Amino acid sequence: MNNKLTLENIQQFDLDEFQEISGENIFACYQCGNCSAGCPAADFMDLAPHEVIRLLQLGQIDEVVKTNTVWICAACVTCRVRCPKGVDLSKIMEAVRQIVLRKKNNYVDLNKIESELREKLPQIALVGNFRKFTL
Amino acid sequence: MEISYYPGCTLKTSAKNYEKTGLALLPIFDISPVEIKDWVCCGATYSLTSDNLMYQLAPIRTLIRAKESGNPRLLTLCDMCYNTLKRAALFIENDEEKREKIKNFMDEEETDYRGDEVEVVHLLTLLNEIGSQKISEKLVKSPLDLKIATYYGCMLLRPKEIQADSAENPQLMENIFQGMGVEVVEYPFRTECCGSYQIVNRREIILDRTKKIISSAVKNNADLMVLSCPLCDYNLEATQKELIEQDSNFKPLPVLYFSQLLALILGIDPEINDWSLHNIDPTPVLKRKGLL
Repeated sequence: MNNKLTLENIQQFDLDEFQEISGENIFACYQCGNCSAGCPAADFMDLAPHEVIRLLQLGQIDEVVKTNTVWICAACVTCRVRCPKGVDLSKIMEAVRQIVLRKKNNYVDLNKIESELREKLPQIALVGNFRKFTL
Repeated sequence: MEISYYPGCTLKTSAKNYEKTGLALLPIFDISPVEIKDWVCCGATYSLTSDNLMYQLAPIRTLIRAKESGNPRLLTLCDMCYNTLKRAALFIENDEEKREKIKNFMDEEETDYRGDEVEVVHLLTLLNEIGSQKISEKLVKSPLDLKIATYYGCMLLRPKEIQADSAENPQLMENIFQGMGVEVVEYPFRTECCGSYQIVNRREIILDRTKKIISSAVKNNADLMVLSCPLCDYNLEATQKELIEQDSNFKPLPVLYFSQLLALILGIDPEINDWSLHNIDPTPVLKRKGLL
């Protein structure tokens, strides 16, 4: 990541809104990296979980949104259980997703899912997926 | 003793084997599950946003139905239902302001609900309360040298405030099966996520997870895997067919709901199972181990 950090682009997003959605204090994180070490989906992510928090601490939500990380997280909550500061990263990932989704940008489209697959999948897969990836 | 029962949507369709065998276990221990009236889908995944209360309504309505039933202990079999109902109850129990908002929104509901009147309990917890001693007294068919891998996944164990057992070293299934002369093998992925709802749009993640989890269980000599979540079951079972096509070295492993295996050991008619719902046929290994 080569984005230049300046006084202007720090705090480029509404931190109060973010904390209101997530209910979490992103500044509690001291970057130990335990979340990334234990994340079973980290191999598929552009940014490691602890890097997401670091960028948010620096106000760089646009950089986070450019990556696939929040859409790979399946909220398994392993990170939160192991976080020494009790930060619930699953809620932080959800807040970033919500900020994107609330601008009417759904991440999945039911019509693009093959009907054969749709019929085979258990309902909890579909309901859970649409809960996380659509508004 | 009667207990309220919430099936959730998947147990009535793709997880029929789980519902049938899970409920069939209870009369053996003088427990009668009573399905609550007018239940609705729980939403499958708990909402993680603090400012949108709409997602809390469905699980709370179901909790109100359970309170109205007069049997405030609510049994679930599905891990996702367990997680969602339990977290929703805790949410409104601990946040008075949001509880009032939700109550005002649901003004057609006649029953007041505070969050602490219904106890959500998973079938595995209920069986552990009965205890392995009492369960093993009901043993009908001893398995012959059977080695199993247990798989817990996420929803039963995390987060801590609703966990049914230790998030790092759960023993709910071990307690039950070790008393039956079944060997539970050790492998490192019992509590690692299967990929969950990513199966809808990122199938490659689930294939990767399944390959790691199943191959590790096979390497540690498991004859089959048992679990309790219908989504884990689909992800870890149905996708094995693709892995066989992709990789000739991949060794498949039959996956069953823990209740299917326990029902066979306790002598419940095997016909209760619809084996055609399995993609990896478990009947050859079950025959070899003297259970069919």
